[in-house]
Amino acid sequence: MTATTETAPSGSRGSQPPVPPGAITLTVQIRRFNPEFEDEPRWQSFEVPALPTDRVLNVLHYIKWYLDGSVTFRRSCAHGVCGSDAMRINGVNRLACKVLVKDLMAGNGKPTTITMEPIKGLPVHKDLLVDMEPFFEAFRAVKPYLMTTGHEPTRERIQSAADRARFDDTTKCILCACCTTSCPVYWTEGSYFGPAAIVNAHRFIFDSRDEGAEERLDILNDVDGVWRCRTTFNCTDACPRGIQVTKAIQEVKRALLFKRV
Amino acid sequence: MSTLNISAPRSPRRPAARRSNFELYSWLFMRLSGLLLIVLVLGHLFIMNILDGGVHRINFAFVAGRWSSPFWQFWDLSMLWLAELHGGNGLRTVINDYARKDATRFWLKILLYVSMALILALGSFVIFTFDPNISG
Ligand code: HEM
Ligand code: SF4
Ligand code: SF4
Ligand code: FES
Repeated sequence: MTATTETAPSGSRGSQPPVPPGAITLTVQIRRFNPEFEDEPRWQSFEVPALPTDRVLNVLHYIKWYLDGSVTFRRSCAHGVCGSDAMRINGVNRLACKVLVKDLMAGNGKPTTITMEPIKGLPVHKDLLVDMEPFFEAFRAVKPYLMTTGHEPTRERIQSAADRARFDDTTKCILCACCTTSCPVYWTEGSYFGPAAIVNAHRFIFDSRDEGAEERLDILNDVDGVWRCRTTFNCTDACPRGIQVTKAIQEVKRALLFKRV
Repeated sequence: MSTLNISAPRSPRRPAARRSNFELYSWLFMRLSGLLLIVLVLGHLFIMNILDGGVHRINFAFVAGRWSSPFWQFWDLSMLWLAELHGGNGLRTVINDYARKDATRFWLKILLYVSMALILALGSFVIFTFDPNISG
């Protein structure tokens, strides 16, 4: 057993698995907080064997299963689809299931340290698990669903490929909150709708089948809407789906400015 | 624990929509006044600091000479108003973004607006009432 750990194994899956050949030992620092027992968050360090091709989520699993079962985080699909494991990895917002260990490794065989913190700007429930409700409240506030008037058509609502292309980028959002919780405006002012809500408003504003553009634009024209964005591009850098978030915000600004969608 | 630790958004409750275009116009104003300021401020800096020996030639007579022309009066007046409103509105944004308590936000803005009013009033007053014939 080459895994060196100070902590007595107390995970939920008992003894540690054999270390695969080619594994390196990572120092993983997790920002831990249990509001039931602690006043302040603290850093806890773990030594974890990992392959360069492992994902950071594997590293978290190793910690939870074999080292300390009380480490708390959210994950579901483990394949970058559900958007539940957004966290701050080495200071930037990423999905733990989409980051590979080799991309975080220190060069020249130097020891590697990986830090993991909860995403910023949302209340921490425990460890890496945050309360997503304020985030979803902003999402719901922009009415992210098809709005139409008149009778239901008897046939499919037809849309040209060009019309579809206008909002293609913003359909890719998985509501992971990487963008909103990387936004410096959102950190200090939680009433700002935030990039994710604007991305999802964009998804419908520019959809030729939808008729609620005006209502959504009205909502985003207010103090807490698009004009709060300072164009810092943090959100675009953070998006695991590669959505051009700041560009989408800019397109909403333009629609407001020229009163044309 | 010395690092900035922001766990919860400061004001999760959003006030009811005001339905005004104020933020739109203020955003637009920042861009337009910025464009004009490029010409006004760079021109001003060039005349005052580089042309004809720069700052060394500036004295009372130099200022009096320039302000006898309505063109330079208008230039300086536009620069005063645009820079003050642009800078003031920029600081309003900064206060909105970074003040954490409503009371802090309120008083910082009062301070800002009062200082803006004072500077605009004093500056305009000087430009309009400047009298080159001081006795003494
Ligand atoms: C030289 C020409 C200038 C240009 C092109 C310019 C342009 C801009 C623009 C476009 C913004 C908006 C940024 C945003 O909304 O994110 C801005 C913000 C600002 N400007 Fe200017 N500006 C100029 C001169 C000035 C001057 C002379 C002052 C000081 C009196 C000033 C003070 C500010 C402040 C305090 C902000 C707010 C900063 C922020 O939002 O983070 N600017 N400027
Ligand atoms: S570009 Fe705008 S929305 Fe995105 S992080 Fe910066 S301020 Fe926030
Ligand atoms: S826009 Fe990107 S970063 Fe933001 S919530 Fe959607 S997928 Fe996540
Ligand atoms: S676990 Fe679903 S996106 Fe990472």
